[in-house]
Amino acid sequence: MKSPIRFIIVVMVVLSTAIFARAQDTETLRVLTHDSFNVSEDVLTAFEEETGITVEILRAGDAGQVVNQSILAAGNPLGDVLYGVDNTFLSRALENDLFIPYQSPLLENVDESFIFDDAYSVTPIDYGDVCLNYDIGYFEENELALPDSLEALTDEAYQGLLVVENPATSSPGLAFLLATINQFGTEGDYTYLDYWTDLVENDVLITDGWSDAYYTYFTAASEDGTYPLVVSYASSPPVTYDEDLEAATTASIVADGTCFRQIEYAGILNGTEKEEVAQQFIDFLLSVDFQEDLTLQMYVFPVNEEAELPELFADYAQIPENPVLLDVVDIEENREAWIEAWTETVLR
Amino acid sequence: MDRNRSSLDRLWHYLRYGLLLVPVLFLGIFFVYPLVSIFDLSLRPDGVLDLSGFLRLATSDYYRDTLWFTLLQASLSTLLTIILAIPGAYVFVHYRFPGRSLLMSLMTLPFVLPTVVVAAAFLALIGPRGLLNTTLMTWFGLETAPIQLTQTLTLILIVHVFYNYAVALRMIAGYWAGLSARIEDAARTLGAHGWRLWWYVRLPMLRPAITSAALLVFIFTFTSFGVVLILGGIRFATLEVQIYYQARNLLNLPMAAALSLVQIGIMLVMMIVYTRLQQRMTSASTRAPIQPNRPSTTKDWLLLGGNLLFMALMLVMPLLALVLRAITVDGQFSLAYFTGLSMNPRDSILFVPPAVAVRNSLFFAGITTVFALLLGTITAYLIGSRTLPRWIGAVFDPLFMLPLATSAVTLGFGFIIALDEPPLDLRSSWVLIPIAHTLVAMPFVVRSVLPALRNIPASVQEAAQVLGASPWQVWRWIDLPLLSRGLVVGATFAFAVSMGEFGASVFVARPDTPTMPVVIFRLLGQPGAENYGQALALSTLLLLVCLSSFVAIERFRDIGVGEF
Repeated sequence: MKSPIRFIIVVMVVLSTAIFARAQDTETLRVLTHDSFNVSEDVLTAFEEETGITVEILRAGDAGQVVNQSILAAGNPLGDVLYGVDNTFLSRALENDLFIPYQSPLLENVDESFIFDDAYSVTPIDYGDVCLNYDIGYFEENELALPDSLEALTDEAYQGLLVVENPATSSPGLAFLLATINQFGTEGDYTYLDYWTDLVENDVLITDGWSDAYYTYFTAASEDGTYPLVVSYASSPPVTYDEDLEAATTASIVADGTCFRQIEYAGILNGTEKEEVAQQFIDFLLSVDFQEDLTLQMYVFPVNEEAELPELFADYAQIPENPVLLDVVDIEENREAWIEAWTETVLR
Repeated sequence: MDRNRSSLDRLWHYLRYGLLLVPVLFLGIFFVYPLVSIFDLSLRPDGVLDLSGFLRLATSDYYRDTLWFTLLQASLSTLLTIILAIPGAYVFVHYRFPGRSLLMSLMTLPFVLPTVVVAAAFLALIGPRGLLNTTLMTWFGLETAPIQLTQTLTLILIVHVFYNYAVALRMIAGYWAGLSARIEDAARTLGAHGWRLWWYVRLPMLRPAITSAALLVFIFTFTSFGVVLILGGIRFATLEVQIYYQARNLLNLPMAAALSLVQIGIMLVMMIVYTRLQQRMTSASTRAPIQPNRPSTTKDWLLLGGNLLFMALMLVMPLLALVLRAITVDGQFSLAYFTGLSMNPRDSILFVPPAVAVRNSLFFAGITTVFALLLGTITAYLIGSRTLPRWIGAVFDPLFMLPLATSAVTLGFGFIIALDEPPLDLRSSWVLIPIAHTLVAMPFVVRSVLPALRNIPASVQEAAQVLGASPWQVWRWIDLPLLSRGLVVGATFAFAVSMGEFGASVFVARPDTPTMPVVIFRLLGQPGAENYGQALALSTLLLLVCLSSFVAIERFRDIGVGEF
């Protein structure tokens, strides 16, 4: 009975010293990012060895949370670089003056459309398209034509076949809502809300997040699923490659106006004492090594035109020609009103 | 000798009061301070009081409906859970049957499962193409699935019972097992039978444990987040879901603070009502506790069988469905998902070998259990003290329960703005994780230990002192054995809370110490059958690790503490 007490005391002592003794290393760069961040070990190690910088990765939930935490910690940032703010949260980050601008020389290999502003407040690193995914087998078996536009989804032929995520709690859900707003607008005879009313009448299923939409209700990914159409990413189909079939079991619909483009940016956090080191890291994020690595690691696409896609993605990921891109300021200003109106409509 | 004795006593006296301060300080630094900081920032954004959140709350139908729904589902869930758990507790206390303690541990498992995984398990059972529906469809030749529970209140209630049944059962059974059998014998002799025995003798005897359990379950279901979000779709939202949405998506701090305060206010009212209900019991004699026997009469067998059947259907089946999914690849038995867990084909830097995730989880859960037991037990002494003024208990009892009623996002934001300068710059320290877990786990220990503590007759302790026992000896040989059941229940739940907790740990920026739930979520966030299968495999591992830990905690009682 005595030894556990002693053990507990030792544990407490060790813990309290751990709290108060935090190593301060000048060459450590802290990268604040979301839970989906990933990179190959050899790619990151090569950068560390080349530069002598130690990279410490700090995770803080999803993209929205990372931005919120940085805003709350403004002036005394949690890290030196923030990776993973996307266009739906970018405006909020900029309003709060989170970043120190930096123009990376590598931006010359990046298409103009990705660059956010002339001040280079943030640097684009990758992009992903939120598109409808469908179960190829289901549509073949039932001899059903594919919906080729958002309007088509309200057609009787697709009744009870579509599952989408709640824009209030899910990032692809919000992206899809924004695509419908872009398509139908907020004014006029037939607004996005009228469109959603028709979707609800057509028995659309709404789930809380991407995981349950995809893994619980989507026929191609779940034994229990009964919905062959789901709002997912253009990068999801390559992962459904079936070796026996020698093909992917799902594909994306990339018709004009149906896909929403999410661009992920990185920025140097205001208040960092390691601006130069942070700039080196931003250059690394744009380097071909990292850019060619990120598709397999995070299911997103490189912005650097010199980077090549992995084979499977080159074969099975369709990149929409005309994805929807909305103004980030518009998104931030109207997000709440749009989602609230959507909730009222869908609930009614 | 005598002088020596009295100075020792005095030292003990001060030491004891010093000890009582430790949990108060802990709560003050890691809960009250961050919470006050975030409310201050939210309600006075530019130094000016901003009560717009409250104004919108008061004038909006939507929030009123949300509040009503939250209250309704929490009350229904609590009522259902308690009604179902009381007969279950009876069976565990009165009968001996093979596998009894294993079943007890099995039933606690739901508590550690991430909601996403539970939702998948239930869908595999009662979804439109689930086991139950397909069976019924083949039996009766039906065209469509007869049971349609997707996104209904019924499903939310079922899953709440699934999650909380063990909480209620263990707290009630743990208390019941320590009660004297004589009262009931006397009542029987006087002719109390059947419902009369239940209504007039058993339920009043069990009241402290029942109210304790009901309060915990109510708080849990009231602040239910994942279950309502995932299973209810958007038709149902609790206050907790609203707080999360306002804070995380909109960074609308005044609104989130207003909602949080409403939630905390309601919980406080609940706690005060509860403290009123929980009048000091005249201490029941703890001699001759009820001895479990083999079931003998037909009635015994029916009771036992009925309860076991219920537990099997309600608790074990969903777990089994999950495990089955994890070991089936293309309809064949295979352990491919398990072996896949330890492979890192993409050579990712953030790849977590399962052994590492298990280690991290066990490490945090171990620390949490030790801290929660220590601090929770001291807190129980503080609240249940017979010598301290009554108001101390009345004030601190609700206060220590509040972490359960505070949304993770509120507390997480509080940590970021409050703990941001040395020596307490813990914002990106792993230490925050066990601290957050301990805050949530402590109430379990308090609630399990307190009823037993109040039942210790003062006369026994006094007698021991008169016979020359030191305070330490009194505690070691009198209090500890009587508290042991409560301690085991508390430790089990503290451990379970930490193993399954996902909310608080994602709201703090953390270096790479991923726990099992974090890795499960990471896998579920990626496309492909392989990732999904691995998520289920890791969930199965989580179940196995927890099951063995629960069994080990049960054993601990037999080793460390003698029974009366």
